[in-house]
Amino acid sequence: MSRVMVYKRFERFWHWFQALLIFSLLITGFEIHGSYSLLGFGDATRLHTIAAWSLIVLWLFAIFWHITTGEWRQYVPTRDGLFAVMHYYLIGTFTGAEHPYRKTTKAKHNPLQRLAYLFFKLGISPAIWVSGLLYLFYNDWPATLAGVLSLEAVAFVHTAAAFAMLVFIIAHVYMATMGHTLTSLIKPMVTGYEDLDEPAGKP
Amino acid sequence: MANLIKALPARHLVASMVTALLVLTGIPAMAAVERAPATADHSKFKALKGPFESASEVTEACLKCHTEAAGQIKATTHWTWLYEHQETGQTLGKSKVINSFCGMAVTNEPRCTSCHVGYGWEDMNQPPPEADSAVDCLVCHDTTGDYWKFPTLAGDPTYVPREWPKGSGNMVQPPDLPKIAQNVGASGRANCGSCHFYGGGGDGVKHGDLDSSLVSPDRSLDVHMSPDGGNFSCSDCHSTWGHSVSGSRYQVNAKDTLGIDIPGHTDLSRASCESCHGGQPHEKEKLNDHVDKLACQTCHVPAFARGGVPTKMWWDWSTAGKLDENGKPITTYDEAGHVSYLSEKGDFRHGENVVPYYAWFDGTVEYTMVDEQFDIDNPPLEINRLDGGPDDPASRIWPFKLMRGKQPFDTESKTLLATHVFGADDSSLWSNYDWPKALKFASEMSGMPFSGNFDFIETKMYWPITHMVPPADQALRCGSCHSGESRLAGIGGIYMPGHSANPWLDRIGWLVVALTLAGVIIHGLLRVVFRKRKQS
Repeated sequence: MSRVMVYKRFERFWHWFQALLIFSLLITGFEIHGSYSLLGFGDATRLHTIAAWSLIVLWLFAIFWHITTGEWRQYVPTRDGLFAVMHYYLIGTFTGAEHPYRKTTKAKHNPLQRLAYLFFKLGISPAIWVSGLLYLFYNDWPATLAGVLSLEAVAFVHTAAAFAMLVFIIAHVYMATMGHTLTSLIKPMVTGYEDLDEPAGKP
Repeated sequence: MANLIKALPARHLVASMVTALLVLTGIPAMAAVERAPATADHSKFKALKGPFESASEVTEACLKCHTEAAGQIKATTHWTWLYEHQETGQTLGKSKVINSFCGMAVTNEPRCTSCHVGYGWEDMNQPPPEADSAVDCLVCHDTTGDYWKFPTLAGDPTYVPREWPKGSGNMVQPPDLPKIAQNVGASGRANCGSCHFYGGGGDGVKHGDLDSSLVSPDRSLDVHMSPDGGNFSCSDCHSTWGHSVSGSRYQVNAKDTLGIDIPGHTDLSRASCESCHGGQPHEKEKLNDHVDKLACQTCHVPAFARGGVPTKMWWDWSTAGKLDENGKPITTYDEAGHVSYLSEKGDFRHGENVVPYYAWFDGTVEYTMVDEQFDIDNPPLEINRLDGGPDDPASRIWPFKLMRGKQPFDTESKTLLATHVFGADDSSLWSNYDWPKALKFASEMSGMPFSGNFDFIETKMYWPITHMVPPADQALRCGSCHSGESRLAGIGGIYMPGHSANPWLDRIGWLVVALTLAGVIIHGLLRVVFRKRKQS
């Protein structure tokens, strides 16, 4: 066991800033949708728009970071060990079994995480952004687009993706408590360091 | 520096500090319209010294210099009371249309023609009198406020002391015509208002957004017309061309795409908000995204009849004619002190601070004409109909006063009926409270058919709302429409975030969220249970 840097500074900044923005977007977004009244429609819309643009900028940096560091490989899906992980979460965690996955800095996400995060990055997020930008620029749609697309359809996709995001977050936050202790998986996301079965000193 | 400060009068210093303070605190400054000085002092004209036997003699004096004015007036709707609608082909105008107030002007001369821009139109079966001297210059150009077309004299002021209202003991004195003639000037709010504020038989009765409170309104009632705001006269927006006034209720410019009117580029009619404010008037871009679907008035006139003058919202003619045990007419009042019943007119409901009715509108209004058969089995009957819809790019959502009530119709010919309500004869409704007699007389007087059988049908009528614009901070908030209880609920053809949502998406979405939460909670509880079992 050795203490190694698992989540680098940018990665942690990205994660937590994104978390803040997504919570803001969910809270204001469901108000805009009409689910409740909190800030008032006007302020909710303004905050939602600011948070959305911030998230887009953050993601541009994150995409650049993923490509230049090769970290995108962390999200390449694999079936190898997937069912063992699923079995662990459904049964093993209650019977006292060890987590079947051995985390390394080169492969820090287990196969289920890889799938979930990949779905988040390639499914939910793009759906939200494309529909969100269409929503935001509804009045500037070119005629060809306006002929085939309605605001209602765009709002439908945007809201459906928001529900998916909410479900992802509930599951994500809960599963972050499923380490050896309640906070053992969350701490590395704050400090960057985790005790892993690999030699220390690697970046 | 000290000298400089001393040199400045203290008053200027205070004024500039106040101005700076206003600028700093961001209170928008709105300069009142400045009028160019007149090129003529009418008190210096011999022709206006008088004496004048009648108002029409004043007109003769006016026309000695303003040689073309009478001809110009006689070409306008203000004179002909006729309007050829280019879109619908209908011939409208006060001579032709029926409304849901007193019905038709026809058969109610000289009461209704007291608002004609002329003198002596006693019989509307005939066109207005032809003489140039029959044109009324003073109603629009009097600046003294002393000129008043007496309500029952077909356009003339009274020339002898006369009681009004009838039975009130209040005596109206003849106007000082030489004084009025020597003080003529550009039309102000009170000039136009002397007729347009009193449509439907009284102050504020008809329009809802036009009443006597606009003679000198607060900024919060009308930022344009307020002496503390723009101090606009009506004609600052309803710009004129040879006495022809722009801005029609029969053919509204529902979406002015010309924008700001610039000499040499546009038609120079300013009777639309866009004429001055342009097509993208908001600093906040998202608000400009609304102007293609919403009329400016929809957000910027949050309610009408806000000046303390109530407007009629319901008028049921079918109950008119009830008398008390002594055979005397009855008057009752509602809790707000507004008249709720008159034997002459039936039941009323009045409204103040009324939230408008909203509808898609392309500017074209069609009328149910008095000779038009209509479907009597499906009340309420629309006295006028609004063209336009959500798929028409020329339409926008507009605010309206929705006037409702009950009016007489011919049960055999299935048409509306001219109603002879006013008249010194013994047949008018207001002199003998007898509907059959009044309707029969109206038919004979107007030549319009009447079978003798009548009943009352519920009607509704739409009146576009466009005046009483408060400062922008009093405009509707986003949530007025973008909410569950939206003002635009039921408008159709538009997706309003915060109001419109797919109910199935919500049901399924929240169900999945709830299931996920439940799954997480059960999983967590099981973890606690199993850990305890392991420990024990």
